Amino acid sequence: MTDSKYFTTTKKGEIFELKSELNNDKKEKKKEAVKKVIASMTVGKDVSALFPDVVNCMQTDNLELKKLVYLYLMNYAKSQPDMAIMAVNTFVKDCEDPNPLIRALAVRTMGCIRVDKITEYLCEPLRKCLKDEDPYVRKTAAVCVAKLYDINSSMVEDQGFLDQLKDLLSDSNPMVVANAVAALSEINESSSSGSPLVEMTPQTVNKLLTALNECTEWGQVFILDSLANYSPRDEREAQSTCERITPRLAHANAAVVLSAVKVLMKFMEMLPSDSEFVTSLTKKLAPPLVTLLSSEPEVQYVALRNINLIVQKRPDILKHEMKVFFVKYNDPIYVKLEKLDIMIRLASQANVAQVLSELKEYATEVDVDFVRKAVRAIGRCAIKVEQSAERCVSTLLDLIQTKVNYVVQEAIVVIKDIFRKYPNKYESIISTLCENLDTLDEPEARASMIWIIGEYAERIDNADELLESFLEGFADENSQVQLQLLTAIVKLFLKRPSDTQELVQQVLSLATQDSDNPDLRDRGFIYWRLLSTDPAAAKEVVLAEKPLISEETDLLEPTLLDELICHISSLASVYHKPPSAFVEGRAGIRKSLPASARAGSEGVESTESQAAPAVIPAQDSLIGDLLSMDIGGPTVAPVAAAPAAPFGSAAMDLLGGGLDTLLGETSSSPAPPSALAASSAALLGDIFGAPAASATYVAPKTTWLPAEKGKGLDISGSFVRRNGQLFMDLTFSNKAMQPMLGFAIQFNKNSFGITPASPLQVQSPLPPGVAADASLPLATTGPVQKMEPLTTLQVAVKNNVDVMYFACQIPMHALFVEDGQMDKRVFLATWKEIPAQNEVQYTITNVMHSADTVVSRMQQNNVFTIAKRNVEGQDMLYQSLKLTNGIWVLNELKIQPGNPNITLSLKSRTPNVAEGVFQAYDNILHG
Amino acid sequence: MIGGLFVYNHKGEVLISRVYRDDIGRNAVDAFRVNVIHARQQVRSPVTNIARTSFFHIKRANIWMAAVTKQNVNAAMVFEFMLKVIDVMQSYFGKISEENIKNNFVLIYELLDEILDFGYPQNTDTGVLKTFITQQGIKSQTKEEQAQITSQVTGQIGWRREGIKYRRNELFLDVLEYVNLLMSPQGQVLSAHVAGKVVMKSYLSGMPECKFGINDKIVMEAKGKGMTTEDPARSGKPVVVIDDCQFHQCVKLSKFETEHSISFIPPDGEFELMRYRTTKDISLPFRVIPLVREVGRTKMEVKVVLKSNFKQSLLGQKIEVKIPTPLNTSGVQLICLKGKAKYKASENAIVWKCVFACFPQMKQLLKVIKFSESSAWQD
Repeated sequence: MTDSKYFTTTKKGEIFELKSELNNDKKEKKKEAVKKVIASMTVGKDVSALFPDVVNCMQTDNLELKKLVYLYLMNYAKSQPDMAIMAVNTFVKDCEDPNPLIRALAVRTMGCIRVDKITEYLCEPLRKCLKDEDPYVRKTAAVCVAKLYDINSSMVEDQGFLDQLKDLLSDSNPMVVANAVAALSEINESSSSGSPLVEMTPQTVNKLLTALNECTEWGQVFILDSLANYSPRDEREAQSTCERITPRLAHANAAVVLSAVKVLMKFMEMLPSDSEFVTSLTKKLAPPLVTLLSSEPEVQYVALRNINLIVQKRPDILKHEMKVFFVKYNDPIYVKLEKLDIMIRLASQANVAQVLSELKEYATEVDVDFVRKAVRAIGRCAIKVEQSAERCVSTLLDLIQTKVNYVVQEAIVVIKDIFRKYPNKYESIISTLCENLDTLDEPEARASMIWIIGEYAERIDNADELLESFLEGFADENSQVQLQLLTAIVKLFLKRPSDTQELVQQVLSLATQDSDNPDLRDRGFIYWRLLSTDPAAAKEVVLAEKPLISEETDLLEPTLLDELICHISSLASVYHKPPSAFVEGRAGIRKSLPASARAGSEGVESTESQAAPAVIPAQDSLIGDLLSMDIGGPTVAPVAAAPAAPFGSAAMDLLGGGLDTLLGETSSSPAPPSALAASSAALLGDIFGAPAASATYVAPKTTWLPAEKGKGLDISGSFVRRNGQLFMDLTFSNKAMQPMLGFAIQFNKNSFGITPASPLQVQSPLPPGVAADASLPLATTGPVQKMEPLTTLQVAVKNNVDVMYFACQIPMHALFVEDGQMDKRVFLATWKEIPAQNEVQYTITNVMHSADTVVSRMQQNNVFTIAKRNVEGQDMLYQSLKLTNGIWVLNELKIQPGNPNITLSLKSRTPNVAEGVFQAYDNILHG
Repeated sequence: MIGGLFVYNHKGEVLISRVYRDDIGRNAVDAFRVNVIHARQQVRSPVTNIARTSFFHIKRANIWMAAVTKQNVNAAMVFEFMLKVIDVMQSYFGKISEENIKNNFVLIYELLDEILDFGYPQNTDTGVLKTFITQQGIKSQTKEEQAQITSQVTGQIGWRREGIKYRRNELFLDVLEYVNLLMSPQGQVLSAHVAGKVVMKSYLSGMPECKFGINDKIVMEAKGKGMTTEDPARSGKPVVVIDDCQFHQCVKLSKFETEHSISFIPPDGEFELMRYRTTKDISLPFRVIPLVREVGRTKMEVKVVLKSNFKQSLLGQKIEVKIPTPLNTSGVQLICLKGKAKYKASENAIVWKCVFACFPQMKQLLKVIKFSESSAWQD
């Protein structure tokens, strides 16, 4: 009786041996051999070579052997479609067998074999089996229709199987009804037209409700799930259906309970919320939900995720049940985390004391995630229940005293939220917070602390020193921290302008000049411009009163919540995501709650006010909301509406005159370094002037060094020209197991003398699995050596692992310099001067731009249009450009309106650059 | 619906693999092994999504079972079904272990083929399954027998076969209660509830319709319509308030809803008839008074006092107290005045076993434990 021997391993000639055993005459031997085959199949060995031999064993009256052979067939038929045909006859014959178990087995297995030729033969037996006298065969056939639909939906529709399936809904046997419902629901969901193929009528619903009392637990789940897709015609029908479903809440199977809850939650929407029926139903829902918490942990988890939704939709149901969600010491961590979430949702003035004392216990647990969540929960309590705020704050202070690093960080994040909710109430604790400045190493905590310092700069004597200490490592900070630091320093400056001017200049230049992050740059420019034009306005904008945060920011968005309520108990309710987010392909039908049947205005109003609490729905966590507040909140309006003063003068006046009003008579404004002002003016010009700097064509990053060749280091990059400076933008990804450090870069001699202008700055050490961006400024002063092709650049990158070499191509357009505009006459003279054999002609295909767009596009990339002529309906453009090494290239473009092809003629004294220039044109015009 | 069902041993080797749906590729088996079993981390969620494929997993003893799907399935049903599969396997061959699964893999495949069709759970009742799926292979059945099997598998009373005969009709009832208690360190009761179940062993002939009456002193609280604070004690009699109860599928739920009577045709043999939960007026059988003192950074002293709270006439047997200890506990010293106590490193707990003989009420047992931990226990 020990089948485990079949798992024991494998000699070389195993397949051959099995083959001979399968062809053995003795039945017992045959069966042994098939068992061995199945065992090999299970462990993942390929035994498809035995197909014909196994199929030969199919003709047997031994049911056990037959089942094994069928199992094999289901696995391998797809890979051997031609051979599988051999089995058809046996299947068809088995479908006629007097034994109903064999008939069912045959039709069940046939549906699982996804081979077209077999499917053709399936139709007749299936039709017969759907009308079989034996219910066991009928229930199997019902599921088989769903299988067939999955393989060939049109065949099911053409052959009338849908109608037969519908007839089964009235079958006398409850299990047949249940399987038919399951099959129909699946067909409806996957119907290609997007609309259900079979509509439910009140009659069918009635039949289903009758079958509900008699079928197996799983059948009840199928029926309830399909009822959830039905919309009752009116209030009365909804109520009577609810009444008939309510007894299911006492079923021992959690799936039956949750599916019943789903139907009830959905149909309750149709009933007036103040009716006695709804009140009593609400009361009946609580006990079964609580009972689910004594089931196995996995089921508890599903239940808790669903309770989370139910509590958001109808907080009344469980409002008195807080205690059952207290965490047990031996709950698995996933149950603990979910319980914590629900505790917060249920926290109210009445029970907050209990909740808080629990949370305090949790904050001393060992699991880091759980502790963090508990600390965060204390903060949420404070925001939700005003009366408890004081106690929460003192609890948090106690926790900070523990000096446990992650507890402190988490506490600071939530204290920032409390400050926002209750301004000017708890600032006395700031000094305690500042003591822990050094221990903060997570971006979120750092950002929160910086926010606090900026917000209360006037009360913290050494705010400038504190912020300055952060500024030292500005480039290495997370962008979240950088943004916050920028804002905080500007706040500080507006509050204490006299002694912080240097600091603000420093941060503005760091943000606008040394950063690649567009958000940071933009914010920097906005502040800069605001400060220089109208400091009073700046004050109004930056120090504007913030909207109060509400405790509801962590609620699900109402429409999503409603959709998820329709999916209670399903995977969607576990993920808290709509099915489309994780189910492939077919979009399916979006489910929504039915509207209240009462058309009267009061009814509608009451349900609506319940469905959509008056808060700004934000799916992001509180912190996201807070951090984006400065820019994304109401402050945005004043920024956008700021008077668009003539830019030139204002920019030149950076921090000049405007500051005087801020500083008052006390100090005279020091003139800003002119170089800085000038370059910033240029930068501002790019931002605010018409041609946006970002329009420069940038080739997408290509992989230069794949991880396999780079000992785990993956480098991709591109060349860009920003503000007259050539940059090599690189992304370093560490695909190895160890952190990498000590990065350095070197170039070989190349055609254009390109060489790094500064050492490589990469995040170091670079932890495994992390990618870091670096931007390397380049100079063209290096040694020159002609390469083949011309634009090749050989690079060596070093790190602690090894030195890696790779070659990349410099796109020519990155080498076009800003002063490439030629005087008209010089152009004409040069054009004539260059011999005709130096002229090269190309065709750029598929360009849909007008001549004007071409002009502006090329201009953004430092190709300047000298003249434009119209000759016989053709636009002729004459353009010039200069390369970094001083080579001039003169171009003539012929553009015919309506013709997507542009002819490009190039003339240059060094014709071998022509190919690269043409490539650049091609990229820019298609980019 | 469920796309496939896999069973692995603790090393991640596949013991059983059955794919029901075409959208589940062969690599799904490996994806789970690599991402969950070999990750060797604490399970942070029993549902894992890997590349748009969802894995529901359960680990019992050293065996992993994973149900895999690409659709929006009924999650509660999947877990309930998996638990049921474990039940079925246990009733066929006892403990779930690698050895037992390997020994019975043919049987398991046969069962999986029967109880799950295209990912839809079918009849999973062991009583019925055993009538036509056996370890010995199918006995040749007569036509009548076959018809009887099929009608039973699909019938309204899927949990009982016809024609059962006993010479003596017997019925046994066990009521088991679990008291769940959560206490604050100060000894204050935070929450307490009783989860009870009624287990029935029936050896009855034919198709008997049974009725199970609940004492009229028991009131279902949820049944009260309208009134929130319905006081069941107002009649003056002591009453037991049941918060909620759940029944085995043989109980006619609609009848319970309307007539408040529990009527059913029982399955043959042992089954769980009902489960209930109460929260009111719970008299605790014991009081546990823990005293914890930290002696220095690496040493802790725990003193546990256990007081009995039940009638003298009763006898408390097989009492076991588990005191969870930190993971890196070492050097435990136990002083135990009654019974036996032992530190079990594998369970991270001290287990104290004792018997409350017919001592007078409020008898105390005392015990002092000292244990030291290695220094870095909170990092």
